[in-house]
Amino acid sequence: MDLTFTEEQDELRKVVRSFLAKHSDEANVRRLAADPQGHDPVVWGRMAGELGLQGLAVPEEYGGSGFGHVDLGIVFEETGRALLGGPYFATVALAAEALLRCADEQARHGLLPGIASGETVATLALTEDSGRWDEQGVRLTAAHDETGGWRLTGVKTYVPDGHLADLLLVAARTPGGVSLLAVETSDAPGLTRTPLPALDQTRKQARLEFTDTPARLLGPEGAAWPALERTLATAAVLLSAEQVGGAAAALDAAVAYAKIREQYGRPIGSFQGIKHKCADMLMEIESARSAAYGGLWALDAGDETEIAMAAALAQAVCSEAFTKVAADNIQVHGGIGFTWEHPAHLYFKRAKSSEVLLGTPSYHRELLATRLGI
Amino acid sequence: MELDFGPAVRDFRDEVRDWLADHLVGEFAEHRGVGGPTDGAAWEVRLAWDRELSAGGWLGVGWPEEYGGRGLGLLEEIVFEYEYARVNAPYRATVNALDLLGPMLLAMGSEAQKKRFLPQILAVEELWGQGFSEPGAGSDLASVRTRAERDGDEWVVSGQKVWTSFGIHADWLYVLTRTDPQSARHKGLSLLLVPTDQPGVEIRPIRNLAGQDEFAEVFLSDARTGADMVVGEVGQGWRTAMATLGIERGTTLLPQQLTFEREAEALIDLARERGALDDPMLRRRIVDAWISVRIMRTTNLRTIAELTAGRTPGAQATTAKLYASTRHQQLGQLATELAGPAGQIVGEDYGLDTRQRSFLLSLAETIYGGSSEIQRNIIGEQVLGLPKEPRP
Repeated sequence: MDLTFTEEQDELRKVVRSFLAKHSDEANVRRLAADPQGHDPVVWGRMAGELGLQGLAVPEEYGGSGFGHVDLGIVFEETGRALLGGPYFATVALAAEALLRCADEQARHGLLPGIASGETVATLALTEDSGRWDEQGVRLTAAHDETGGWRLTGVKTYVPDGHLADLLLVAARTPGGVSLLAVETSDAPGLTRTPLPALDQTRKQARLEFTDTPARLLGPEGAAWPALERTLATAAVLLSAEQVGGAAAALDAAVAYAKIREQYGRPIGSFQGIKHKCADMLMEIESARSAAYGGLWALDAGDETEIAMAAALAQAVCSEAFTKVAADNIQVHGGIGFTWEHPAHLYFKRAKSSEVLLGTPSYHRELLATRLGI
Repeated sequence: MELDFGPAVRDFRDEVRDWLADHLVGEFAEHRGVGGPTDGAAWEVRLAWDRELSAGGWLGVGWPEEYGGRGLGLLEEIVFEYEYARVNAPYRATVNALDLLGPMLLAMGSEAQKKRFLPQILAVEELWGQGFSEPGAGSDLASVRTRAERDGDEWVVSGQKVWTSFGIHADWLYVLTRTDPQSARHKGLSLLLVPTDQPGVEIRPIRNLAGQDEFAEVFLSDARTGADMVVGEVGQGWRTAMATLGIERGTTLLPQQLTFEREAEALIDLARERGALDDPMLRRRIVDAWISVRIMRTTNLRTIAELTAGRTPGAQATTAKLYASTRHQQLGQLATELAGPAGQIVGEDYGLDTRQRSFLLSLAETIYGGSSEIQRNIIGEQVLGLPKEPRP
């Protein structure tokens, strides 16, 4: 049983936190939030080159470092804490995981090393106008063309970092069912990408229109859904870790302010109204931490039923915890917390958009209920 | 999810399992899950069960052998508690001495006290009650007014204690007293061990909201105890008492959490029977009850893993009580609601079934061991480092 972190994992956390303190401080977060691309290729390159973060959990045979998801979860907790902008979640939690799950050894060998080295920015294009994350939500079609290849026609939207990804992994409906196809955007006729201005400016989304766009089929035709479902479960757990990190940062800010802000001649943190609110925030965070860590440990243990349950539980719990804590942080800050200048709203907006990024808490509760047989 | 602590303790686990399978039979088996920190149901049977455990060498698994224990480590203690809770064995009647007084004596008692009392605790020969709370000092233990004065070789103790769990059964009390009458707050307190079998001690039961006489008020009028019955140093009783309260670790939460898990499963069965699973509002609350017990489990496992790895437990060890007690009440509310009108009918002499008793007694969980409000102060001040409340 190893439900605690090793010294190496503590060290990883320290290194990532100190890197992000420098490269994803408030000024940089705001700079990327205001930038339509929202991506800093220099920082991206250093994340890969100096720290190997993009390939951390990619097996060594595909150019990564072969660490587990507990390690990767530590990184996501830190990127969440620092509100890192850019395509890390899209590339690592969605695209790399989808590639690892698809039954296509050749594609893994061909595409994963680029992700691990930081050369490729990638994403998973799953949602459409309905916003659904289930199999029925996949409507975009792929059809055989005369050369034996595949062509995509339809719309994907709310695609994380879809506006700048070099590689799109697209879920599409083919005669046999749902299939996964790859599109390299540098050479993709019939592809129109439109950035979507979003409530949360720290994570960009795009609308992708495909008109007879050539694509490469990954794995057997029509058999991709189970792999995509597993990818979503993994991404759900990693997003949960990110949410825990964001919530922890919001609480830190609230506590720091409650110690120095005075009313009636004493710090507001000495009043039970504020103190108890902060204590409840910590309780929410620690419960969310248990949910997220439970998911990470399940991923590394590899029991599929357990992974599905732990992932749904983690998303339901961590989504609500982050939103609640981020809102409470604004409350503790009072008027100042309601301004554009103060960073509290950045966390609140990230919390709210993360809550629906991979399905709402209600959706995940229902997944859990179904898996529990109730 | 089965706990696996590795090959080192697997033999020990099997030994525990085998023993429990052989001995948790007959009347003991009929009392599975009976009792709790404030539930004294079936006292005589549970006392007999404690004696059975004692004869099997299962009390004081982690205590040194020279005082009658097994001399094993924290991991074995945890394994024992886990297996014990897994088979839902009766709640131990002597838990007060086993989980609080015993560890306190081991940490701070004199050699003579350890030799005198610890083997008696493990043999279930002497039962103990805690005399910390007073009518005027519940959460605010520093305002204790029960006083003790030296008279030759003895201490003379006078005052009133309250909320003493299972107090009517106690042969001895461990009592927080003010030994320096001039002292203020937590200075000048001492922790004394006082025998109850004397004219100066009167113990009256207090009936709780479930209709049971499970705690007591204790009146001390010139009660006497030996000069050597101070635990720790004279005037250092606050430190000693705080150490006792700090002893409750992840191990004590394990059995509780497994009980909650059973209740959550029973709740799902009940909901299914009553066709409540199609009601989206109820469905959501049922899933949330299940989520809560799952979170409790992972939180406990985190704490246990940190303890067994020799690490200092993180903040979750402090927030766990607040979470568990509030969520358990919600679980009880929902279960009672699902049981419908039939769940509102009790037996003869206010006889409660397991669900009713657990629900009503859960109201105590947000009060005993530090109320939720006190827990929030502790979390705010000791974990988050927020400024203390102004105190006179």
